[in-house]
Amino acid sequence: MKEIRFHGRGGQGAVLAARMLAISLVAEGKCVASFPMYGFERRGAPVVAFTRFDDKQIMEKTQIYNPDCLVVIDPGLLKLPTLFTGLNPNGTLILNSSKVFDKQPNENLKLAGVVNATQIAVEEVGRDVPNTCLLGAFAAVTGWVGLQSVMASVGEYFGGEILRKNLRCVERGYNEVKVIKWQ
Amino acid sequence: MKAKKGELKVITGNSAAAYGAMLCRPDVVASYPITPQTEVVEQLSKFHADGVLEAEMIEVEGENSAMNAVAAATLAGGRAFTATSSWGLVYMYDAVLQAAGFRAPVVMANVNRETPGILAVSSGQQDMIQTRDAGWIQVIVENSQEILDTIIMAFRLAEDYDIQLPVMVNYDGFYISYLAEGVRIPAKDDVDQFLAVLKTQPKRTIMDPTHPIGAGSHGLMTEFMELRYKHCAALDRAKKKFDEIDKDYGDFFGRSYGGQIEEYRTEDADFVILTSGSAVGTSRTVVDAKRAEGVKVGLIKLRMFRPFPQEKLIKAIKGKKAVGVIDRSVNFGWNSGPIYTELRALYPEIGPMPILSFIDGLASIDITKPHIERVIDDVANAAKGKPYQAVTWIPLEERE
Repeated sequence: MKEIRFHGRGGQGAVLAARMLAISLVAEGKCVASFPMYGFERRGAPVVAFTRFDDKQIMEKTQIYNPDCLVVIDPGLLKLPTLFTGLNPNGTLILNSSKVFDKQPNENLKLAGVVNATQIAVEEVGRDVPNTCLLGAFAAVTGWVGLQSVMASVGEYFGGEILRKNLRCVERGYNEVKVIKWQ
Repeated sequence: MKAKKGELKVITGNSAAAYGAMLCRPDVVASYPITPQTEVVEQLSKFHADGVLEAEMIEVEGENSAMNAVAAATLAGGRAFTATSSWGLVYMYDAVLQAAGFRAPVVMANVNRETPGILAVSSGQQDMIQTRDAGWIQVIVENSQEILDTIIMAFRLAEDYDIQLPVMVNYDGFYISYLAEGVRIPAKDDVDQFLAVLKTQPKRTIMDPTHPIGAGSHGLMTEFMELRYKHCAALDRAKKKFDEIDKDYGDFFGRSYGGQIEEYRTEDADFVILTSGSAVGTSRTVVDAKRAEGVKVGLIKLRMFRPFPQEKLIKAIKGKKAVGVIDRSVNFGWNSGPIYTELRALYPEIGPMPILSFIDGLASIDITKPHIERVIDDVANAAKGKPYQAVTWIPLEERE
């Protein structure tokens, strides 16, 4: 089983990203369980979303405490003191940021993919909705899901021009993500 | 004959509730949005706009009207669905009692959330517990697929000629309402076939303006008592009926859930834990891990809370050495969990054994694997005859 935790803010699409990822994994024959955790639906409030996938049905209904991968949609949340707590010793991070790390932020973090998803979203969609771009980066860095499956999942939520714009975000995330590895 | 496999879609628990209702072709839907249930109303509205749901959608100004509308629809002979949560359930409370008293076979999804008193937009079963004595059938489910399947079963139970009672299908807010999983969506014609048995039964008495009858105005003394007696007898019948419907569902659709309760690895267990809702899924993984260590623990999933599955629980628990109950709500005045207190009433039949109450998961606190491990360890010690604490508020002890 792989466990992925998303950190974003209300309105950035963390919940939708987690669901799109779930759809793409199910399309590849995996079993998935994905849920967000927040109180009221408020723009700007911190949102956490959890996605698990496995070859067999997932029974756990708990939040994720030992993620294999973190997806940080709002770079401001990198400052969360507990962000890396419990990260799997072979941990992965997908980060929306204009800056690349100069040093390893946590000893358990071995692989990071950094992409300026905000800038790409502003260029392609016209506003700061970085979620679909990060899914492209996720597919490229982890290899846990195929680009085509991710693109098909975006089509479950969007159509027409907005779909085409988001698909460009996915592709650019896939192609432009900078990969950093630590020992 | 078997049903078709059904399309696999990734949907949330709330969407699954809406799919379940839509597939049963209700005549009337009236529901007012509230976190964390809103998506049910959104999805039903979408079905209606797309022409997939041909029900009359009544746009109500609040939950009280919603319950009155759907109860009236069933009394006019229709099939009706609503969904609510927490404050919404409280706001419709008089109508909830009315629906039960009128024997109105409404099906309602209730997305469990904490209730007024302490403002909390968060998960907890207190709302359901506060309608425990309303005379409804109350079922608690574990995941998105079970929500869909149970709503279909609920219509067959509610409208059964021998039952004629409203059914509340409960699922944990947030943890299950927003849980996206792969869910098999049965074909509509298969659901038609599953519900067709209702059409072979005698017609229930309906309110028809062209044939006026007096109903529900008032009951005096023995008439009142007779109505209460019949209501209680119908609730009692619902237990066996629910098992039969669950079995039929399994035979036809290939998925069944054990009816009133599900026993998981209980047969050779020395002791058991009992819980409901989303905590069941996590408990399965912890029981598996403890079994791998040689701990002979079993798990009972409580699906039916009203009527209380006394006979099934006695059979499952009698002869064990101890039982621990995890509640996601409190029983005011008993300083313990409500399912625990109910189980205590079976003490003479299950025989002398330690019964331990664990309160956890209030206000969206996560019922984690370490929490459940702790429950199993405590119950294991009690089973060995060691002294034990009767009631444990797990997250508060953890904080110390």
